[in-house]
Amino acid sequence: MQYKSQAVAKPYFIAAIGLFVAQILFGLILGLQYVIGDFLFPHIPFNVARMVHTNALIVWLLMGFMGGAYYMIPEEAETELFSPKLALAMFWIFLVAAALTVAGYLLVPYSTLAAMTGNDILETMGREFLEQPLITKVGIVIVALAFLFNISMTVLKGKKTSISLVLLLGLWGLAVFFLFSFYNPVNVVLDKFFWWWTVHLWVEGVWELILGAFLAFVLIKTTGVDREVIEKWLYVIVTLTLITGIIGTGHHYYWIGTPEYWQWWGSIFSALEPIPFFAMTVFAFNMVNRRRREHPNKAAVLWALGTGVMAFLGAGIWGFLHTLAPVNYYTHGTQITAAHGHMAFYGAYVMVNLTIISYAMPILRGRAANSNKSQVMEMWSFWLMTIAIVFITLFLTAAGILQVWLQRASDTPLPFMVAQDKIALFYWMREWTGVVFLIGLLVYVASFFVGGREEKAA
Amino acid sequence: MTDTSLALDPAEMPSARRLPGDLAIWVFILAEMLAFAVFFASYAFARSKDVEMFNFYQQTLDRNAGAFNTLLLVTGSWFVVLAVQAAHRDDSRAAARRIGLGFLCGAGFLTVKVFEYAAKFGAGISLSTNTFYMFYISLTFFHFMHVILGMVILAILWVKTRQGAYGSRDAHGLESGAAYWHMVDLLWIVLFPLVYVMR
Repeated sequence: MQYKSQAVAKPYFIAAIGLFVAQILFGLILGLQYVIGDFLFPHIPFNVARMVHTNALIVWLLMGFMGGAYYMIPEEAETELFSPKLALAMFWIFLVAAALTVAGYLLVPYSTLAAMTGNDILETMGREFLEQPLITKVGIVIVALAFLFNISMTVLKGKKTSISLVLLLGLWGLAVFFLFSFYNPVNVVLDKFFWWWTVHLWVEGVWELILGAFLAFVLIKTTGVDREVIEKWLYVIVTLTLITGIIGTGHHYYWIGTPEYWQWWGSIFSALEPIPFFAMTVFAFNMVNRRRREHPNKAAVLWALGTGVMAFLGAGIWGFLHTLAPVNYYTHGTQITAAHGHMAFYGAYVMVNLTIISYAMPILRGRAANSNKSQVMEMWSFWLMTIAIVFITLFLTAAGILQVWLQRASDTPLPFMVAQDKIALFYWMREWTGVVFLIGLLVYVASFFVGGREEKAA
Repeated sequence: MTDTSLALDPAEMPSARRLPGDLAIWVFILAEMLAFAVFFASYAFARSKDVEMFNFYQQTLDRNAGAFNTLLLVTGSWFVVLAVQAAHRDDSRAAARRIGLGFLCGAGFLTVKVFEYAAKFGAGISLSTNTFYMFYISLTFFHFMHVILGMVILAILWVKTRQGAYGSRDAHGLESGAAYWHMVDLLWIVLFPLVYVMR
């Protein structure tokens, strides 16, 4: 690696992958609970398993973003990190806080956890994805601010490239919008309204900027295409993201008690949200096709291309499927949403994290690329996980269509649980596909421990 | 998008099919126009469901103000065309003056629009009054914001033109900004007849 301080990225990446494994294990528990309702009850009830599954995802993605930023920023700014010590300290604080939070979820009832952690001082718990106890939320803010301070200072003292500015914009946005998790008005409409300012404006707003910046960085490094060209693409993608994504928040405001015009605003703007993702796909392939060098790390290039395709499919196409208000009237909160959620998170944010990890990790371990043997294994894991997620998505989509039909669209609608029983076959198929995903993930982890002849450091 | 997109330097293209301004601004303009196109199509769709209601409330709009605003924007665009021509003749002073006039036309548009809004909001009309007013307010408001953005761009161009940044050798940035300003104008030329006039 070019700068010594980039090394702080390594523990972040390792912890991220560890949490990824935990996330998938809890995903499998959850998937089984869909069909065997009392599996592991009362030790790990469904609501707890779900909380661990989603929170582990969010935390490991954040870990990956931070690690990626710590790796990328010194190289872009052409200077050592402002404070590697602060970065390491924050890593341990973040990891311990995450571990304690998960332990809290698993060991005591949620209401006890709330009472233990001062939820009565400021009530922020009990809301989907933002279940973390108050002290964890405060911890996240402290870690995020220290992290932003660290990388912003690095950029300020070094070279300011477009890519690092887009990344900073994304990361600052991430921190700012998280502050809405502390705002929990009694009025349920207002609660939901601002809840989406964290949830939606993260994944369909500022995170896309982080995604774009990481992709641009890895593409510059692996293809050797002129920075100018890549930066111009990045600007176009960022602009398209913001034009469509911000007011696109409206697609969550159809049925929560907000005024009716949101059905139009939300439909119109979110219908355009696939465009920036499509631009990303074209961008990734275009840059790889006009590459000026053959980078030895073929696995990283594969992950980058995969991000372009899968983000477009999962976020773009599967999002569009149910984004128009007249369609969403029938589909909201069904397995269609779950299908979209799985492929979008994997295609966009899991894959971009694995892209930057795949590119940076060998360099952090003192070589330009892993051995051929290790890369072949990594590419196997790519295909296993990607194909598994495609099938998980397809099975959930099928389950969702059936569910909409049986429970909502039919002339004689069935009760929720009766409809659930009738679509159990698809849940079983999703569970087995989930096992394939876990195998893919284990192959991925194993690829780090495979030796062989490695490419020398550049 | 073609394979050559965003990689070709427009200066390298044969002059006959030279694209004025930066390719990136054209991608941006097309995206903006697509967003408005979807909005216009939604308007047409909603109107077809209740033509009478749309026609009835259309009569409450101030067509004279709209027509005057059209004149202002077209004139503003004309000034900006003259500014680009002046820049190509290396006459930065004339170019800056005309950009300034274009900016004033935009300011005039905003002023007229503010009075129009004041009258409507004063009468208690809001986004939730009915579907026609929802579209009227949304479309004109989104356009209003684009006029403001266009004016910010013109202001930047004015400063840079006065510093002599653009000339016969390179008017790239000026052309990019001018293209955006023309888009603001073009959108209004569709929006005004569609919402105010057509029945």
